Amino acid sequence: MGKVVITDVSRRFFMDDKTEFLALDSLSLTIKDDELVSLVGPSGCGKTTLLRIIAGLDHPDSGSVSLDNILITKPGPRVGMVFQEYSLFPWRNILDNVAFGLEMKKTGRKERYRQAQYYIDLVGLTSFTFCYPYELSGGMRQRVAIARALANDPDLLLMDEPFGALDAQTRNTMQEELLQIWEKQKKTIIFVTHSVDEAVYLSDRIVVLSSDPGRVSTVIDVSIPRPRDRTSPEFASIRRDVLRLLTLLDTTPGKI
Amino acid sequence: MHDKRKINWLYTAASLITCILIWQAVAVYIVGNPFILPSFTDVLLAFILLLGSGTLISDLTMSFLHFAIGIGLALLIGIPTGILMGWFEKMFTFLNPVIEIIRPIPPLAWIPFAIVWFGLTNFSAGFVIFIGAVFPIIINTYTGFSNIPKIFVEAGQMLGCTKNRDLIRFIAFPAAVPHIAAGFRIACGVAWMCLVAAEMFGVSAYGLGHKIWWYYHLHQMTNVLVYMLILGIVGLAVDALFRFYIRRSLLRWQTGEVH
Ligand SMILES: Nc1ncnc2c1ncn2[C@@H]1O[C@H](COP(=O)(O)OP(=O)(O)O)[C@@H](O)[C@H]1O
Ligand SMILES: [Mg+2]
Repeated sequence: MGKVVITDVSRRFFMDDKTEFLALDSLSLTIKDDELVSLVGPSGCGKTTLLRIIAGLDHPDSGSVSLDNILITKPGPRVGMVFQEYSLFPWRNILDNVAFGLEMKKTGRKERYRQAQYYIDLVGLTSFTFCYPYELSGGMRQRVAIARALANDPDLLLMDEPFGALDAQTRNTMQEELLQIWEKQKKTIIFVTHSVDEAVYLSDRIVVLSSDPGRVSTVIDVSIPRPRDRTSPEFASIRRDVLRLLTLLDTTPGKI
Repeated sequence: MHDKRKINWLYTAASLITCILIWQAVAVYIVGNPFILPSFTDVLLAFILLLGSGTLISDLTMSFLHFAIGIGLALLIGIPTGILMGWFEKMFTFLNPVIEIIRPIPPLAWIPFAIVWFGLTNFSAGFVIFIGAVFPIIINTYTGFSNIPKIFVEAGQMLGCTKNRDLIRFIAFPAAVPHIAAGFRIACGVAWMCLVAAEMFGVSAYGLGHKIWWYYHLHQMTNVLVYMLILGIVGLAVDALFRFYIRRSLLRWQTGEVH
């Protein structure tokens, strides 16, 4: 389960000087069940805005988003979100953070701790189970955020530059872990990233967005079989294509 | 670390001893009149005598009862009010004008009505304390609730915590606890001040504050000073106890957040 249909979604913001800014301009996109799709684009092109609309945290001025043919109008546990910024509950330890969604579903204490522990182990933080978020590094916190989203077993997982703050080594490890989890759990994932390398390594498809107004510029299929070799010619060729598109978009007049 | 602590203790002791010596010298050699300024040894002796008579314990108990009534009511009413105001914008607009008008009235100005409404009872002293304590609790709870980072609420919603009641219970309240605790601490300080005044003005016929007034009328200034010092020390002890509790339970997660 997890087919996402985005139909003609527009979102306007009003700036301080009352001028209107079109963050998303009748954007349409269909994401297949169990697909892993990356969104890339210049910063400010509306990636976070689009994710928030898919999550039900923000509402489009026109258009709609549906998940498995049910309209998304408000946030709920069908969709999981790993935020761009730090979002763990500082007053709960790691175990209780990860178990939060299950607690909301009224899962019994023993069962929810068992499941939460499974996801904590999965992201490699077993020895930090009873620590509080402030005791963890940025990278570890992000892994907890991923475990917390996964433990709720959503049909669709939205990830907003989840590995942006990690060093290159941890980042590669996390990418592999994510692919393993995704293959095991079979979920639809929409992944926002600034790293073209990351997008090519992870995705079934890469959606390149243009900015001001935010639109789908190009969709690129990545049909390289996994596990992917970052040094292979096919990999380099797709990476080059995406980079060229992004460079083109970044120099488009109209962007400040 | 350990040595520094030891040295600090030494300084504390030195400070107290110096103060007592100066006090004793001034009282005995300069003032020379225990009605104007009782000496330290006078006070110590009076304290021992009062301990023996047993009234001290019943006064302390009474004062604590007034304090508990006032603070208890303030928490019971202040926290829900603050939550409503912080969480629902309409509630803030509705309640804030009333609160802003009543808040500047000094709690002691309520004493006449406290007596008219509740007579010379423990409850009437508790009421005056309540008036003093409830506003810091409302304001801090409200501030805590209106400063909750949006990201926590949204993260909660994405995990299925969507009803107002659940969001308040599982997200907003725990996030606001440090603010509420700070409000509680301020409220305790204010309550302690109100307690003495309320008891003094005869809103109750017992208590530490009441005894200060009583001994003043009997011209027993040494006993007045004993009670004053007890008020200071007990106030300090209550605050220290509270800080100790906070450090153990709250600061566990707060350490990483506040700094
Ligand atoms: N709440 C808001 N109010 C006003 N403008 C906003 C708001 N959210 C986003 N924007 C604007 O919309 C554009 C897209 O933002 P965003 O979706 O965050 O971009 P990004 O692709 O970097 O994630 C930006 O120009 C941003 O300034
Ligand atoms: Mg963004």
